[in-house]
Amino acid sequence: MIEIIDIRKSFDDHEVLSGISAKFEPGDNNLIIGGSGSGKTTLLKCMVGLHEPTSGSVIYDGRDFTKMNFEQRIEIRKEIGMLFQGSALFDSMTVQENIMFPLNMFTEQSFEEKMDRVNFCLDRVNLKDKNKLFPAELSGGMKKRVGIARAIAMNPKYLFCDEPNSGLDPKTSIVIDDLINEITEEYKITTIVVTHDMNSVMGIGEYILFLHNGKKYWDGTNKEIAHTDNKELNEFVFASKFMEAAKEKL
Amino acid sequence: MFYSIGRYILLLKAVFKKPEKFNIYFKEVMFQMNYIGMGSLGLISIISTFVGAVMTLQIAFQLNSDLIPKTIIGSVNRDSSILELSPTISALVLAGKIGSSISSEIGTMRVSEQIDALEIMGINAPGYLILPKLIGGITMVPVLVIIAMFLSITGGYIGGTLSGAVTGSDYILGITSDFNPYTITVALVKAFVFGFIITTVAAYQGFYVRGGALEVAQASTKAVVVSCITILAADYFVTQLLL
Repeated sequence: MIEIIDIRKSFDDHEVLSGISAKFEPGDNNLIIGGSGSGKTTLLKCMVGLHEPTSGSVIYDGRDFTKMNFEQRIEIRKEIGMLFQGSALFDSMTVQENIMFPLNMFTEQSFEEKMDRVNFCLDRVNLKDKNKLFPAELSGGMKKRVGIARAIAMNPKYLFCDEPNSGLDPKTSIVIDDLINEITEEYKITTIVVTHDMNSVMGIGEYILFLHNGKKYWDGTNKEIAHTDNKELNEFVFASKFMEAAKEKL
Repeated sequence: MFYSIGRYILLLKAVFKKPEKFNIYFKEVMFQMNYIGMGSLGLISIISTFVGAVMTLQIAFQLNSDLIPKTIIGSVNRDSSILELSPTISALVLAGKIGSSISSEIGTMRVSEQIDALEIMGINAPGYLILPKLIGGITMVPVLVIIAMFLSITGGYIGGTLSGAVTGSDYILGITSDFNPYTITVALVKAFVFGFIITTVAAYQGFYVRGGALEVAQASTKAVVVSCITILAADYFVTQLLL
């Protein structure tokens, strides 16, 4: 479980996050939603240590990440997998080398063992025959899937996904959502997805944290979201006519 | 400026942290030594040969007197090549070639979140990305400078004899008389310092890029400019210190 307590983050005098607290349970798809500039990605980066929160705590199963030194954080980071918005695959490495990279760095496995793990991860994301391709030769959806394969290579306890559907067509978006959902349930990992894709919210959102202007405005499940009277959340979720029409059926 | 110097020192501190896996770093070091050394050999060879040839012609033009023996052309060219031209011109050329390459590579990794990905994996990104380049720089720049010295002196021989500015025997006599081996030591110290400057300044500029393609290009340009100025300043201080 990951717990965030009163997270605040300022850049110079501008406060981007204003005292956000939440609990993210393992085995659930935890979604952080909100409009552009609401602080979703900043919160995610504070949680994984890419940004230092101005105040507050990030607790990984009872371990306070914000109070740890560099070496202690490395131990936590070995338990984290992350899918980046732009996939962040290493350009100079093939798909196989990208996935094998954390295994090379942190395990003493033989080459055959590492290859087995790479093939397992690629098979899990339905990309078994793409080992030798470079990231530049992959489509956007394939890059995301390789990103997921790399993120799960080390059997993470925590999976973070930063806008996994951005730049993807609706069909591929659903494939990525389903994949994240399956991996979360299968390995009982704590998954946190930052998104503003409403298909993801309604499809896989078991716990949803809604941010607006850097503040926590609402949290609940995708079942509850259609019936909330929170004005800002309603404006965000039912901004499109399609979603407004769909609201009647929810 | 003080903020940048402080951040540069902190980055260097992170670079020298213990590597996660020595064999992976070793492979990277070998790759960088090959890239910096072999990749720059052709350019350094051409430049050094021509600089040596031109130097001989200019020395011959300026020392055109019956009172000055022709052998002096060889000895002046030798000392100039060893002490100043080979280390400094090679370093300035490498700052352009290697420095811009390092800065744009690391900068692109920064803006495409590849450095964030390394950090999330628990890898010391400054160490993994910069240390192999730094070792490649401080080992291969001196090697390139030694080759540049040899080719500059050889270029002087070719240029001088082809143009008739000096005879081959006078030139050879000039370069072999009154040779002080300490000049080689000074040149190698300079090359070591320049290798350090070229790689770390460029890496620093790339590592802290924020933005996109334009900022990466600006960082690359800045890396070359700052490296060149730092090399010239370091050249002065090392020369004053050692001579």
